[in-house]
Amino acid sequence: MAASDVKVLGMWSCPYVNRAQLALSIKSTEYEFIEENTLQKSDKLLKYNPVHKKIPVLIHGDKSVCESCIIVEYIADAFATGPRILPSDAYDRALARFWTAYIDDKWYPLVKVLRQSDDEEERKSLVQKLSEGLILLEEAFIGCSKGMAYFGGDSIGYLDIILGSCLAWLRVTEKVVGVELMDPTKAPQLAKWAERLCSDDRVKAVFPSIDRLMELHELIQAFLKSSK
Amino acid sequence: MSEVKLFGAWFSPYVRRVEMALNLKGVEYEYIEEDLKNKSPLFLEFNPITKLVPVLVHNGKPIFESSVILEYIDETWEGPSIFPKDPYERAMSRFWAKFVEDKCSEPLWKACWSAGEEREKAKKEAEEALKILENEIEGKKFFGGDKIGVVDYVGNVIAFWIPILQDVVGFHILTKDKFPNIWKWGDELCNDSFVKKNLPEKEKVSFALKRSFETGSLY
Repeated sequence: MAASDVKVLGMWSCPYVNRAQLALSIKSTEYEFIEENTLQKSDKLLKYNPVHKKIPVLIHGDKSVCESCIIVEYIADAFATGPRILPSDAYDRALARFWTAYIDDKWYPLVKVLRQSDDEEERKSLVQKLSEGLILLEEAFIGCSKGMAYFGGDSIGYLDIILGSCLAWLRVTEKVVGVELMDPTKAPQLAKWAERLCSDDRVKAVFPSIDRLMELHELIQAFLKSSK
Repeated sequence: MSEVKLFGAWFSPYVRRVEMALNLKGVEYEYIEEDLKNKSPLFLEFNPITKLVPVLVHNGKPIFESSVILEYIDETWEGPSIFPKDPYERAMSRFWAKFVEDKCSEPLWKACWSAGEEREKAKKEAEEALKILENEIEGKKFFGGDKIGVVDYVGNVIAFWIPILQDVVGFHILTKDKFPNIWKWGDELCNDSFVKKNLPEKEKVSFALKRSFETGSLY
């Protein structure tokens, strides 16, 4: 499959986009990355995602797939090269999908709210909720990994991609707020998993650097303050 | 010989869609009605995290979230398919199922239960999404084609529960006039002989929703 047949519309800093990129990388599939400016949506974005007008969009030949989890499952199904992304056992797949829904619907949205919050009480409450969530995710990791390196077992899988993509902004939020969310004393396995994942070459090539994200965060905060 | 249990609540559309899937595959299962105001220790043991129905337990292992359960049922048991086999068609089904759930059902439900500004906001969201769905169902019997598929399963809320709720609260967004294609699809779905067997009685649901609306509590 030539690189020109597979495109990803996205932004370097968006974790949902990083998911699509990492999944393609694991499948050793070349693709063209088209940087979108979400303040000024391109004709391409409006054409390939007319319903939500959001990134990421995966374009595969003449087909387009939207929504990051749906994209990763599509990549897992449609590309035969490389290791499995989803677990081979149906129950393990169900667990991976359940934890993905938990991360995306309940846990990860709190990270952004915390990062942009000025209220001391609100921050305290969010830090507690996020920490409790991480303890649940620590248990999830122990259950899913079955003693191996990743949620997916001995290789990076679906839940590694989903939760892994959240790490960069989580680290930025820790710096901004001055709190350690991924506490190695409370979630030791998860902390080791995060280090292991982020040292993988394919992951390093896709996930943005914390410094670059901090600069972007400062720009966004300045923009938000000036438009109040 | 596998052991299958389903913890549910009779009025829940999420539970009903799981039952429909199990029945489609001809799976024998034990149904356990949970009193959501007074959850049983067994139920909480299986689902300490969300504490919500439905919970499917297969050979002692629990699965939560109706969307996850539907995928599990389709992957585990033989019989007619719930999801398409083709990867792209499957991705499209997942996309539209999520759209129906998050952008249509949720704001419609919220609009009926709320008031004032919150109601107006939810109404606007629902109407924008329903316009898109109206186009999507045009010319099709079901979202799954000639046979019902996962989008139709997830659409059970807007086909059956929402029209009843709208009548109970006296606030109508999804009407035959404004959304004739969706209304026609909803009719077809609820009158389909297989789907009909898996829906609760309309009068029972209406009564329960009326009582909930009056007391301000969903259960």
